[in-house]
Amino acid sequence: MELNDLIKQPSGWLKQVGPNSEIVFSSRVRLARNLENVVFPDWADKKQMECALAMLKASVTQLNAIKNGGLFLDIQKMTNMDKQLLVERHLVSKEHIAQADNRAVAVSSDETLSIMLNEEDHLRIQMIEPGFDLDACWEKISRIDSEMEKKLSFAFSPKWGYLTACPTNTGTGMRASVMLHLPALVMTKQINKVIQAIIKLGLTVRGLFGEGTEAAGNFFQVSNQVSLGRSEEEIIDNIKRIIRQILDYEQNARKVLISQNRISLENQVWRAYGILKNARIISSSETIELLSNVCLGIEVGIIKGLTREIINELFILTQPAHLQKIEGKSLSARQRDIKRAQLIRSKIKK
Amino acid sequence: MLCHICGKRQATVHLTEIVNDQMTELHLCEQCAKEKGIAGLGASFGLQDLLAGLVDFASPIQGSKKKIGACANCKMTYADFRKIGRLGCSECYSAFEESLEPLLKKIHGAVRHIGKAPLHSGGQFKLKNELQALQLKLQKVVQAEAFEEAAKIRDKIKALEKKK
Repeated sequence: MELNDLIKQPSGWLKQVGPNSEIVFSSRVRLARNLENVVFPDWADKKQMECALAMLKASVTQLNAIKNGGLFLDIQKMTNMDKQLLVERHLVSKEHIAQADNRAVAVSSDETLSIMLNEEDHLRIQMIEPGFDLDACWEKISRIDSEMEKKLSFAFSPKWGYLTACPTNTGTGMRASVMLHLPALVMTKQINKVIQAIIKLGLTVRGLFGEGTEAAGNFFQVSNQVSLGRSEEEIIDNIKRIIRQILDYEQNARKVLISQNRISLENQVWRAYGILKNARIISSSETIELLSNVCLGIEVGIIKGLTREIINELFILTQPAHLQKIEGKSLSARQRDIKRAQLIRSKIKK
Repeated sequence: MLCHICGKRQATVHLTEIVNDQMTELHLCEQCAKEKGIAGLGASFGLQDLLAGLVDFASPIQGSKKKIGACANCKMTYADFRKIGRLGCSECYSAFEESLEPLLKKIHGAVRHIGKAPLHSGGQFKLKNELQALQLKLQKVVQAEAFEEAAKIRDKIKALEKKK
């Protein structure tokens, strides 16, 4: 696979519809791993980084998922647009592409597995699955981790577990998260209460692109805060229990909206649909808000004949780097807004 | 109030972070806040960036005035760690053990790893973990008066203890 092939296919974790996908877009588990006695990337000099990268690369490229049709990319050799493309597809963090020297990323052909090399930790392994399925993420990522551990000596202490650059990741080195779409809780103004409750229970709530990002399009990413003193399964069980409750709240809020204020909800959904179908110029932030409304419309049965797959695809394709890759050249903000409107119209034809 | 990072300028940016139900306040001057990327819209500033602040709060075990030496492997000093909030290498964990313990406790509410271990770290750790998990489970089923299940777990524990 080549980098340019990415835009030809929807991300694997958005292509299929997973459990509870009416609310949960995706589940993700990431593991932080480091090489024993090798200086961590943020503290290493150029030579040490180079050395670590060579060791990591040898092992990462041996993984079946990478070897068979996957991608291995040297961040340094990439254009800014291509780097941004990886961020938009949730394959790398913004921090990873900010400092390009001796950093790399490996991606499986279906994009469910991605491995960042020399990020804050030597390895950041990530597994994304469609819908609400943290167990599948953990099972798969643990297998990858075990496979790599046969060739690499990971920094580990019996007392403190996996040793990471930041003490907030020490222990399991695991962050498990789910991407939730909660439009009804936002509309019924209950979202702040829910977020506060989640935080009180020891979890973190973030926006669409993780740390420090806004909750655009009614998307909320919920993840564990604690990584030491609990097993991976316990951490995942805890998140699952809390998420199940949030799913109930969102379902209830959707029911309330339909039964008590159907005409307003229909109005909002159809207006969003109308704009997306007819606009000639549209910004990315407006797009994401409107797609969110249309998505809700599909899930509660107001809009029929339009699939979630198309909406999921549009969430990804309407982002700036994607539009420019599709067009094959760099575009000004205004050109992008025009191109974006065109693309949406072509996908929502009816 | 002086800035928590530089300790020189007046703090004008005030942040509150809640970790494990414990509130931590961080007061920064504008310059340090800007360096941390707090000023301006769309800034990214997360828990990990607050860590440098948190390190000061979780001071080493009281009464111990022993000076912490630099990490022999990567030459990082504890002052370096306090400044950047990231450790230099896996050996730093041993070098700064005394100060890290209260910090880890503050962040995670625990100081003992339970969970996956690499195979090369030796079967002993895995065994100990398994035993611990089984003992917890045993307590639960006994409380629930599921004695048949409890007997099974007890047998498993006995078998594991023989391996020790």
